[in-house]
Amino acid sequence: MSGLLEGKKVLITGVLDRRSIAYAAARLAQEQGAEIALTGFDKGIRLTRRTAQKLDPEPPVLELDVNRPEHIEAVAQDLKERWGELHGILHAIAFAPPDALGGNFTKTGWDSVATALRTSAYSLAALTLGLRDLLVSGSSVVALDFDARYAWPAYDWMGVAKAALESTARYLARDLGGQGIRVNLISAGPLHTLAAKGIEGFEEIGGEWDRQAPLGWDARDTEPVGRAVVSLMSDWWPATTGELIHVDGGYHAMGAPIK
Amino acid sequence: MTREEVFEKIREISADRLGIDESEITPESSFREDLEADSLDLVELIMELEEQFGMEIPDEEAEKITTVEEAVDYVMENQPA
Repeated sequence: MSGLLEGKKVLITGVLDRRSIAYAAARLAQEQGAEIALTGFDKGIRLTRRTAQKLDPEPPVLELDVNRPEHIEAVAQDLKERWGELHGILHAIAFAPPDALGGNFTKTGWDSVATALRTSAYSLAALTLGLRDLLVSGSSVVALDFDARYAWPAYDWMGVAKAALESTARYLARDLGGQGIRVNLISAGPLHTLAAKGIEGFEEIGGEWDRQAPLGWDARDTEPVGRAVVSLMSDWWPATTGELIHVDGGYHAMGAPIK
Repeated sequence: MTREEVFEKIREISADRLGIDESEITPESSFREDLEADSLDLVELIMELEEQFGMEIPDEEAEKITTVEEAVDYVMENQPA
């Protein structure tokens, strides 16, 4: 058996249930020969553990609240003892308090904005730098994004946090390139995940999306994004870093609905 | 399983997962409003039902289950023979 990720060890955050984008990435990474570990957080870790049982082989689930430096240290220690090295990280972590989403943009206070920025953008730097010593030359960090060049319905301060995430990825690409570490973003079209359900009014974007995407868009199919993640983790993008790749059916390239 | 057994099982699972007393759960209880389950709790409950009753519950169906009785109905209609 020879897969795209044969022999690679990959940390995958953000798996909650089988609808999670990270679940598709985890399943496909395993299919392509990677050894993986998942992370889970707070109450959600019970779901992550349960979902891990659906993967074959069942991967370990490490506790990780990215806002707690001691958790990042513990994950680094665990992976060091478990594998000794790391070839990939999938960052699939975002959170904004309810008052920072769903049309509250003009009413949101700084504390909620700060939480959104810290959890959804700064966390990429915190996690990547916390695991930096384990990342070998040629390794790949991938973060899940939602195109932040535009303002979207309902997305509000999460959109601002995604803009910060995009910039964070570029600066990490700058500072880790010398170590041979690539840092890239995948801007996915809207998907019916648990995370998306948490944003009131966000699912409405889904219907429009298909009309503006030349390739069409199925908001229930996470596999295209999972495939892109696996591809970026592989050795087939050796000269690509600081890049934002759209996996959105082509929506971003059209100026208006075409169907 | 009889309808009564299915209800008892779902009541037991719900009480355990949501940390509430079984006596508080009736067929009319709404998971969200009466039992104060959040979206993560609900997904976990559905996964637990799938395991306990040996079935797959598609997302579209899971979204329609809002009360204990609806969960019982779903299990009764879809129990493996």
